[in-house]
Amino acid sequence: MTLAVFFGCAFIAFGPAFALFVFTIARDPLRVIILIAGAFFWLLSLLLSSLVWFIAIKASNSQDLTLQKGLLIFGVFFSVLLQEVFRFAYYRLLRKATEGLAAISDDDGSAISVRQMAYVAGLGFGIMSGAFSMINILSDSLGPGTVGIFGDSQYYFITAALMTLALTLLHTFWGVVFFEGCEKSQWWVIAAVVSLHLLFAGLSLLNPLYEGSLPPVYFITLTMGIWAFFSSGGSLHSLSALCTRRKAEGESS
Amino acid sequence: MKDLISINCVKLLIPALFYTCVCSSSVEQKIYVELNQTVPCVRLLNATHQIGCQSSMSGDTGVLHVLETESDLDWILSSGPHPPYMVILETSFFNRSVMMRMKNSSRVAGVAVIVSKTGLADNFSPHTTCPNQNTGVYSENYGPDLANCNVTVWNPFGNGLSYEDFAFPVFALKDENQTQVIRKCYEDHNQRVNGSAPQYPLCAMQLFSHMHAVTDTVTCMRRTDLQNRFSINPEVLCDPLSDFNVWTSTRPLNNSAKGHAADESVVIAATRLDGRSFFWEQAPAAEGTVSGIVTLLAAIQALYPVTQEAPPTRNIFFSFFQGEAFDYIGSSKMVYDMKRNDFVIDLDNVHSMLEIGQVGLHSGRSLWMHSDPISRQNNSVDTEVSEMMDRMRSAAAGLKLTVDHPSVSQPLPPSSFQRFLRERQIPGLVLTDHNTSFINRYYESMYDDAENLNVTYPPGLTPDEQLVYETDAAKSLAEVATLVARSLYVQAGGNESNLNNITADPKTVAQLLYGFVIQKNNSWFRSLLPPEVTKKGVNSILSSGPPQFYIGLGPRVHGPAHSVTRFVQYILANLTGSVTNLTESQCQNPSELSTENKDLFSYFWVSGPASVNSTSEPFCVRASVRLSKAVSPAFELLEYGSRNYSTWTESRWKSIRARIFLVASRELEMLTLGVGVAVLLLSLLVTYFISSKAELLFSSARETPTTTY
Repeated sequence: MTLAVFFGCAFIAFGPAFALFVFTIARDPLRVIILIAGAFFWLLSLLLSSLVWFIAIKASNSQDLTLQKGLLIFGVFFSVLLQEVFRFAYYRLLRKATEGLAAISDDDGSAISVRQMAYVAGLGFGIMSGAFSMINILSDSLGPGTVGIFGDSQYYFITAALMTLALTLLHTFWGVVFFEGCEKSQWWVIAAVVSLHLLFAGLSLLNPLYEGSLPPVYFITLTMGIWAFFSSGGSLHSLSALCTRRKAEGESS
Repeated sequence: MKDLISINCVKLLIPALFYTCVCSSSVEQKIYVELNQTVPCVRLLNATHQIGCQSSMSGDTGVLHVLETESDLDWILSSGPHPPYMVILETSFFNRSVMMRMKNSSRVAGVAVIVSKTGLADNFSPHTTCPNQNTGVYSENYGPDLANCNVTVWNPFGNGLSYEDFAFPVFALKDENQTQVIRKCYEDHNQRVNGSAPQYPLCAMQLFSHMHAVTDTVTCMRRTDLQNRFSINPEVLCDPLSDFNVWTSTRPLNNSAKGHAADESVVIAATRLDGRSFFWEQAPAAEGTVSGIVTLLAAIQALYPVTQEAPPTRNIFFSFFQGEAFDYIGSSKMVYDMKRNDFVIDLDNVHSMLEIGQVGLHSGRSLWMHSDPISRQNNSVDTEVSEMMDRMRSAAAGLKLTVDHPSVSQPLPPSSFQRFLRERQIPGLVLTDHNTSFINRYYESMYDDAENLNVTYPPGLTPDEQLVYETDAAKSLAEVATLVARSLYVQAGGNESNLNNITADPKTVAQLLYGFVIQKNNSWFRSLLPPEVTKKGVNSILSSGPPQFYIGLGPRVHGPAHSVTRFVQYILANLTGSVTNLTESQCQNPSELSTENKDLFSYFWVSGPASVNSTSEPFCVRASVRLSKAVSPAFELLEYGSRNYSTWTESRWKSIRARIFLVASRELEMLTLGVGVAVLLLSLLVTYFISSKAELLFSSARETPTTTY
């Protein structure tokens, strides 16, 4: 759909991830490493789950449409579960790493807290999954045509970009909440994250009403954002402190 | 989960209408519909001009509009709100006035012409009114008042479209199903509702036919030479049109002895092998070319046995010239070779010449013998020409034909004979079915097909039955072939008592007609050709449908060997050759055997007839059929700007394809960009704000260090 759509969709999908990277990750090399390792873990989960799906597809009858659709849904849900398993595995890895980092650091504490690692890991997952969702679609958006000659909606590119944006943010929030739940051994938290992830996956399978999946997805994103805020140490008190501090600064200047 | 791109792939494939197993960018498959059955118009260049069509490097895109009425033309050229337009041209509107109006407009991105018989005008010829007017014999020095069609306009219906230069791509839509897909897209999205403009998204088409050569042959060959000399990876920009002439003779000629052949006086019987149309490689050329080829082949078959039993005094030399549509490529090359003593005979050996022009549409009327009035001012030439005409008239007396001579002051029609006259005033005639202008209303166009030649079969015949069915066209061409054969025999000094034995076989003519205008992949052609040709896959010369007579670039460049040249060569081998019992390897290298003479004959390994029960048994045929190169002498002399010889070249290109898709409005695109920029800026601001206040925001429940003192 030409260059304007290409850049518009690229900015929508990757703008917040880029902003988060620039302002919170880029300065600290340790965070960069954790980010990239997190992305790699997500890639591994994708590789394994797509291998399973691929074998299932090849072993089945390619003419049977309902079977193919069923295999697709199975593949999607299996991949979600595998991603969460790999998130847990990454948590264990980072926990081990914390002790090692504490041992080699100058002062007696590790340079990075588990909360910060949770956030960075979640962002790593989010960036990689966003890239895989969006890059292919971005390259097709460069040509002169738009989706629709077979009857699909012409807003496909924008919708895909918005879904990718939500996905990136969601992965970040899920990372924070998940690690917190693992720290405090609150297994209901983990179950909630997994089920929300499955719900998101199910919503994205809603075809052909693709735009219809956007409002519920953003509602989930907002909810998760609030949950992550509270779980990572924020509170209403700190919010109000922020406002009064700003008011105080405004008055003093 | 959207994460899995391969799952995304299947998700998009399943609701799609087609079920291919290739998963190459499924989003692309949701956007574009590739059009596979299209024929482009390509760029040709000569010494001074470029003709044809050109698209930009990354294709030309335009909103579809079907041109069915005059108001549609106004919509496209002035009032439509979504320029540029890609025009879908109905057959009846493919004429000079519409195309020139679109050529001058900047609102036309390209044209796709629907090729069908419905709505076809009574006449359509994209060729010029005076074919090959600058390379014939008539010029300021030779019959100036006869030059440039001053006396007779040969092709009055010619609109010259083939010789215009279009800055946008023009494609032909030949497949009805594909045209239906395009129409459906147009009706679903681009139709005007109650006179108001259609709403986005609109159906659009993109045509790719970027040509590498520009300006003229001189420029293109200069750039190619530069590339060849200085570049590590030279890129050729254009290629000269070239192929082969086919020739044979009643008495074998020694192919390795070039120059004047001692004691040989030769009567040349010639016709052309090629045709053209507006689009690339489309040239059914039924009346324009096939009528001549079939007549001469049948005449050869009728003559050959008699010339072996009772040989006439002179040799008869049969020649099929390739490339005559493009300023006489084949005949100018042969004359050039004869002049330089580089051919088996030279101009001193030539006694007279008879050329077969368009002879298919004479039905009931008479045939006409054209002669050159300027050379007939010479008494000896005039005597000989008159005698030739008398012989022809007496040969026609026994048949149901009449031959006549047009008015004495009329020049020759465009014919290869004119190139011979440029060198020497040889007595000769051109036999045609038209007195003054062509009867052919579709000269050098896509519509000069079987129907134009009145070759129709009754319904319900199988292909094999159609192959041997003698249509009226076949019978009338057989008569003409008999006339030609008898005239040639007498012209060559044969005994008139043998004339009754010379009769063309209507069955052969019917088979030739079927093969050349209806279907080339038939059982007779298959039996004549070598086994590896008949067994090959998609790209063989025996694909389905009639052969196309465009000269092309020779076997080196685009695709397999030119089909028509091969067909004529092997048909001649079959009609005039003798079966030998050589094995295949002996057939490839006959010089090892003492009984075979490679200088006098060619050896062909052919398939042989195949019956239902058994496969064919290949065998070796010996015939005195040869090919001679048909490339313009201008390219051998490196005179790319020559005025005397043909300088036609065809441009090269990378990809030619077409596709349709929907386009969104400019507003939606800008909105997407705006939203994207806004999201980016907002997220940068918010992130900066939060990260600077992070200490404050995430202060409660500060994590205690794991170690305590």
